[in-house]
Amino acid sequence: MTMAAVLALAVGVYLVRFAGPAVRGRIKVSERTETMMKRGAMVVLAALVVTGAFVVDGGFAGWALPAGVLVGGVLAWRRAPILVVVIAAAGTTALLRLAGIA
Amino acid sequence: MRLRRGATGVTHRSRPVSRAGPRGDESHTRRVPFPFPPERDRDLYRDAAAMAVGIAIVGASFGALATAAGLPWWIPVAMSVLTFAATSQFAMLAVVTAGGGIVAGLVAGVLVHLRHIPYGLAVGDLYWDKWWTRLLGTHMLIDQSTAFALAAGKDRRRAKAAFWITSVIMFIAWNTGTVVGVLAGAYIADPDALGLDAAFPALLLALVLPSLKDRDTLLAVIAGSAIAVATAPFLPTGLPVLLALVGLLAAWPRGGKKKEAGA
Repeated sequence: MTMAAVLALAVGVYLVRFAGPAVRGRIKVSERTETMMKRGAMVVLAALVVTGAFVVDGGFAGWALPAGVLVGGVLAWRRAPILVVVIAAAGTTALLRLAGIA
Repeated sequence: MRLRRGATGVTHRSRPVSRAGPRGDESHTRRVPFPFPPERDRDLYRDAAAMAVGIAIVGASFGALATAAGLPWWIPVAMSVLTFAATSQFAMLAVVTAGGGIVAGLVAGVLVHLRHIPYGLAVGDLYWDKWWTRLLGTHMLIDQSTAFALAAGKDRRRAKAAFWITSVIMFIAWNTGTVVGVLAGAYIADPDALGLDAAFPALLLALVLPSLKDRDTLLAVIAGSAIAVATAPFLPTGLPVLLALVGLLAAWPRGGKKKEAGA
């Protein structure tokens, strides 16, 4: 990989990041469009959670990973601070793996 | 100078002064114990810092992986500074080291990044002020800054603070991690053994959860997530989470003329 390749990726990624606000600036954003755009981002983030918890390299991730995310999710639901959620999720997954559960 | 309210409270001689004093004039009286981090956003700093540790370790594993693949140190370091997109960097590195070539690597790297288009639509207005906040904010658009900003809800000041605080902390953590990984190489712990791959989805889940009280959002999220999981085994990484946007149709507003929201 050369510096040119690094720059090419940086430019590509930057343009992708630029696209959303650029489109936004060109359309008249009604309150409903605003709601739908926010909801759209939520949907993408949630999909990232679910695929991140269950899928690795196109296959099932194993039980340790979704179990950790689930523990974090339950704690978040019970209004635990994010610090606790994150540590509990990572800790659960790490311990399960240590115990030999993939 | 006198200490007040424990070790963090530094107070100077009393002198009446307007709140909007010139920047950096330290002789002003401060009722606030210590100006950083500001009291009202302290929880944001704490939450972002919690995630920063994990991100730094993932960054270190990126740096270690890149140098192990035979790349000179400046390549992963430049990548982390200029791209600042973990999934894109890992995707390109994986394709290139597997012998897939630069072009395929670029395609993979940009493809997994396309989810930032809906992110930009949703939170782009938070930094669309001056030319330099646009330039910088665009570079700072990541999963975490989007999620934290959206979690702030209708409070615009808080959403802006959330966007900048989390993205700057993540930027520092990601790049510091990369440099450490390049230097320390083989000594870096395996992020999966530490369960860090669970930390990231758990964080996003915690930030998304409150918005699911809204029934329409909940429907769209359930439908979208189902679509993403169902298509993940067949589609290249990056596309399933975009396809999840079809889930918006599950709660599409009825009546009135249609808008071009969503994808």
